[in-house]
Amino acid sequence: MAVATQERASRHAAPPPGGTKVRDPFAPVAYFFALLIAGVTIVPILYVIIGGFRTTGDLASKPVGWPSPWHFENYSDIIGQGDFWKMVFNSTLIALITVVAAVGTGSMAAFALSRIDFKGREAIFTLFTLGLLFPASVALLPLYVMIRQLGLLDNPLGVALPQAAFALPQTIIILRPFMRAIPVELEDSAVMDGCTRLGFFWRILLPLSRPALLTVSVLAFVASWNAFILPLVVITDANQLTLPLGVAQFSGQWTADTARILAFTAMSMIPALAFFSLAERHIVGGLTGAVKG
Amino acid sequence: MSSVERATERRVGERSGNRPLPPVRSGRLSRKHVEIVVLLAPALLLYIVFVLWPVVQSAHYSVYKWNGLEPLTHFVGLDNYREALNDQVFRDAVGHNIFFIAASLIFQLPLGLGLALMLNRKMVGRSALRLIVFAPYVLSEVTTGVAWLLMLNPDSFIDTVFRDLGMGGLVQGWISDPEFVRYTLFVVITWKYIGFAVLLFLAGLQGIPTELIEAARIDGANGVQLTRRIMIPLLGPTIRIWIFLSVIGSLQLFDLIWVMTLGGPAGASSTMVTYLYERGFTRTQFGYGSAASVILFVCSFVFALLYQRFVLRRDTEGAITRRVG
Repeated sequence: MAVATQERASRHAAPPPGGTKVRDPFAPVAYFFALLIAGVTIVPILYVIIGGFRTTGDLASKPVGWPSPWHFENYSDIIGQGDFWKMVFNSTLIALITVVAAVGTGSMAAFALSRIDFKGREAIFTLFTLGLLFPASVALLPLYVMIRQLGLLDNPLGVALPQAAFALPQTIIILRPFMRAIPVELEDSAVMDGCTRLGFFWRILLPLSRPALLTVSVLAFVASWNAFILPLVVITDANQLTLPLGVAQFSGQWTADTARILAFTAMSMIPALAFFSLAERHIVGGLTGAVKG
Repeated sequence: MSSVERATERRVGERSGNRPLPPVRSGRLSRKHVEIVVLLAPALLLYIVFVLWPVVQSAHYSVYKWNGLEPLTHFVGLDNYREALNDQVFRDAVGHNIFFIAASLIFQLPLGLGLALMLNRKMVGRSALRLIVFAPYVLSEVTTGVAWLLMLNPDSFIDTVFRDLGMGGLVQGWISDPEFVRYTLFVVITWKYIGFAVLLFLAGLQGIPTELIEAARIDGANGVQLTRRIMIPLLGPTIRIWIFLSVIGSLQLFDLIWVMTLGGPAGASSTMVTYLYERGFTRTQFGYGSAASVILFVCSFVFALLYQRFVLRRDTEGAITRRVG
């Protein structure tokens, strides 16, 4: 689907039909800005990754430069240590719980809110949309007190459950129009074949909603993976640290060793960048639906 | 514009599930209700416990002097609010939030639009460029902050680049100068979030019906006219949503600032959230911090409601009439 829309989009820019190729007078300007933007965007990322292959002394004496020779010990030290992998594990675990809780409960609610007629439906939907109207940090202090009362400090659930709750509004808002658009005839014929409403939800609607489910999952996952303020107050145990907490702590601990911090930061960038390059089209495709929804 | 949108939506609506369901027999009614409860209960529970209830609790805590541990007994009425609103440090924090909101709208909107229009053209390396522009958006604010912090250190990467380009005179105390730190942070924030604006605008551009573009071309519209008279107006709903998200995002700035400056130097880059974090967790003034949270909540909520009422209403009108008709 994303591919199709992209093809359609690219036709906007196609020269008008008829005869010889029309030269686009803006092309050189566009290419110039494209290069400029690409440079500004990518240089900091490359600086971090390449800087990780240098030594701190080298970085201090020649801030702009290529590694000579390439040093691998910063990276190999981090890869060899358990700390980094523990953080990767913690971040992954919390993100997965967040996604399962948000998308699991959110898709059920979106189903009820999109395809069952009942009194108060719009009121409940509005209640869910309220969550988008204020920043999550408004609830930070009471959330901390509550998590402490529930005994969930230093527990993945203490981060994941509130995150899932705060991901619910966008999950439901994206899923509802998608589920609504699935033809009612499909539901009628499923019911005729003896399918219950919940059976229809599980066997037909969920599989058909896969693109939208993927979009909301990616959004919730990335938000959780990058989250900082909530883990910052919930997690203090060094064994439970997530990657952003680890990066912040590491950069505080090793202030004198710039190269090491760069290598650590670079390592923490890789999962997000890899994940994103795989999911980019899906996010764009999903947002197209969401914005018009 | 809206007539086109409505027409497509009507087309979609005809075969979708929002026509009234057949009347339900009374025997199935209870079963239907059970199903509704089963489907809605988990999400509602999660949402009420971890979103709505804490917000209510904020208001509750805000009228007490409380360190977060003892029983809640020291009732102070509206004193916390009075103190916060009279505290120059808090007022500065609010002012910094307003600075980031205004700067985002003034600089990021045109930049994001320009980039999206450019990336929507046919050009060599377009998909690679797209990926590059989006890349910072997936990095965490913490990673972004640490990376830029190291580049902005005195005599580090940025200073050297400026000097090598013969612009050594422009070198500043990027993050140590209280007058300059907010501009530096704004550049870093733009670096990180411009990809999101582009992503959203590109999605909007892809939603513009090709027929419209072709019709305008046949009528003799050139590229500039096409952009100004068709693409940007049709992008209206997307732009309005971006503005909304951008304002709410600017109101909750914390991670990046905390990592880079801790709100400093001397509070020069504080925001409402760094303020309430500092008061709540560093000084354990939970009651006072909650009052600051409530003020933040009121700012966002009032903005959101007014914006929905007066700006976004145009965009949702179609949706509401569609539901009724």
